[in-house]
Amino acid sequence: MYLKLKERANIPKLEKSKKYNTMKSKKINDYFWGYLMILPTVGGLTIFYIYPFFKTLFYSFTDLGTFGEYSIVGISNYIRLFSDTEVWMSLKNTLMFTIISVPISIFLSIVVATLLNSKIKGLTIYRTLYFLPAVTMPAAIAMVWKWLYNYDYGLINYILSKFGIEKIYWVSDPKIALYSIIAISVWSSVGYNMVIFLAGIQNISSTYYEAAAIDGANSINQFFKITIPLLTPTIFFVMVMSLIGAFQVFDYIFMIIGTSNPALKNTQSVVYLFYRSAFELGEKGYASAIAIMLFVIIMLITIVQLKLQKKWVNY
Amino acid sequence: MKSKKILYLLLVLILLSTFLSGCRTKDTSSDQSQKDKNKIATLSYAVWDKNQEPVMRKLAEEFEKTHPNVKIKVQLTPFRQYWTKLETEANGENVPDVFWIQGPRFQKYAKAKLLMPLTDRIKKDNIDLNNYPQSLIDLYTYKNDIYAIPKDWDTTALWYNKKIFDDAKVPYPTDSWTWDDLRAAAKKLTDKSKGIYGIAAPQEDQQGYYNTIPQCGGFIISEDGTTSGYDKPESIEGIKCWIDLIKDGSSPTSKQLADTQPSNLFESGKLAMVFQGSWMIPEFTKNEYLKDKVDLVVMPKIKKRVAVIHGLGNAIYSKTKHPDEAWEFVKYLGSKEANEIVAKSGVVIPAYKSVLQIFIDANKGYNVKAYVDELEYSYMYPHSVDTAKWNQIELKYFTQVWNFQMSPEDACKKIAEEMNEVLRNEKK
Repeated sequence: MYLKLKERANIPKLEKSKKYNTMKSKKINDYFWGYLMILPTVGGLTIFYIYPFFKTLFYSFTDLGTFGEYSIVGISNYIRLFSDTEVWMSLKNTLMFTIISVPISIFLSIVVATLLNSKIKGLTIYRTLYFLPAVTMPAAIAMVWKWLYNYDYGLINYILSKFGIEKIYWVSDPKIALYSIIAISVWSSVGYNMVIFLAGIQNISSTYYEAAAIDGANSINQFFKITIPLLTPTIFFVMVMSLIGAFQVFDYIFMIIGTSNPALKNTQSVVYLFYRSAFELGEKGYASAIAIMLFVIIMLITIVQLKLQKKWVNY
Repeated sequence: MKSKKILYLLLVLILLSTFLSGCRTKDTSSDQSQKDKNKIATLSYAVWDKNQEPVMRKLAEEFEKTHPNVKIKVQLTPFRQYWTKLETEANGENVPDVFWIQGPRFQKYAKAKLLMPLTDRIKKDNIDLNNYPQSLIDLYTYKNDIYAIPKDWDTTALWYNKKIFDDAKVPYPTDSWTWDDLRAAAKKLTDKSKGIYGIAAPQEDQQGYYNTIPQCGGFIISEDGTTSGYDKPESIEGIKCWIDLIKDGSSPTSKQLADTQPSNLFESGKLAMVFQGSWMIPEFTKNEYLKDKVDLVVMPKIKKRVAVIHGLGNAIYSKTKHPDEAWEFVKYLGSKEANEIVAKSGVVIPAYKSVLQIFIDANKGYNVKAYVDELEYSYMYPHSVDTAKWNQIELKYFTQVWNFQMSPEDACKKIAEEMNEVLRNEKK
């Protein structure tokens, strides 16, 4: 797991070396084995991702119902999409969720990774503890947090009451519920990102730090002048992946916010709306249009990120 | 170039091999089912209630005893995922042979031809449908064909915690209570210093406003299924009576109830009264803390006595590989013998009318007769083809009403408008 993550964090570097390799003339034989090796993955991707994607694209122009019956309706699903206030509301919620949760999660992950890179007692225990949420099922996490957040019997409100603070409707107040969900998401993603950052930090050669120490830089200066700039490829990778993940948020909202929860309107994400349209209302054609819309948004944002990376990522 | 050719060849080979192997497995499986006709037929039976699962398993075992050539696999799926799963299975034509169906979804499934019509088989095997409540037979009839044999039915009654009543020195609810009695008692029973509420007024249909709306003289959907009754002033009354309970402070707020279900509050002794459907009997009577403290009574009357009734049915998948065996099983599930087993377990009210007394006796010490008494003035759970669609409309606006963001009048008017639109589209 550890090694794999390290490799993934360094994807841009690997691509560079590949390009270098292609410049050399290679034997046909090598290509054959190369294609054979990637065949299982490509096959899987084609069957489980690429084919369903085009199928979804097609269905978004139909009125596909619950049991697979459909007729082609042109772009009327997309027209409805733009006039549907619920879609706009869910987009706003998803954007809010992403804008708040991703930076906080990345910031905390870097801080934790830096702290856990130093020589302290019980290092492995801390690393394990921080990583635990990443190997726990989202459903289980949601159930536990639901109880922590409970208005009448929740632990959080109980502790607050000890300090004389009034009870808070953590998951049913429309103004607060989204932030409660963000807190869970940050809590559960820090561990995973931390491991990637840790790999990135350990990849930085210690000679830089030694040189800086001789020149008289303190540890805070070292962090901002050496660690952060040399960590930018990893930050970039984590940011792209977290943004995509955040845009697809569904599980915590589905588990914690019930259908008659007054905060549903203010927490419902695009994927939640997709789920409801497809599986609760049986409007699979319209749901496909929602999925395509989300795909386009994520794609645009990722393209922008890739373009902007030249400005701030140091390789 | 050569490499490309080799690659294509390989790809073609692999594709061919998967096709061929796919064909082969298909062939063998159909061969298998041919042989199975003489051997053992395995039927899957999909259910969603974990309280009933042991009884369903027992019925399956009893059936297997008399039908050695049939094996029954009971599949339990929680209610929230049950329909999603079934719909996905329907797209892959891999639906369980026999499955539970409910009123709100029935017409949609019948219209999509997923259910096997049973009319001819019922006639051939001389099954007397008078053994079941007529309203349930009507519920599972679509365009003159019956598609499911009634399995059970459920109504809603008022459960109360005797200890909280004793502590507050309030007399227990009776059969002759009116809504005003309920409201007054709830006020007296509420003790916020102990965190005890008189009653819960959740945003619920079957255990809530589907009862009070007709009790006030309104209706949800017209009998011919073409118009919504939500804009009738009587219907609005049926919503207001719940909001009043929250305004009185006798019920937890909707936000609190979103955090903790009414039944959970009742089970932890924080609620004096609660409206609950008959499927909750095992939940309450097997609860160690609760079982000596609770009893139940018919719902209080508003203008008249009405109770919403709903019942499940056992249906057969139209494309099942074993239609005859599946029918034998459904026939057995609807028989007096099977219904007696269900009645003795006491977990759910069986559909077979003559075994009701066994069910009442099975729950000694509790007035479960209240549920049966309500049968007399019950009306069928409101439904149409696209019930799920207008259920979502109800949900959307009532959430705002229950949180005081919208008046019941405005919400009901909006619901009626949008629901009528859905009903119009259904007929197309």
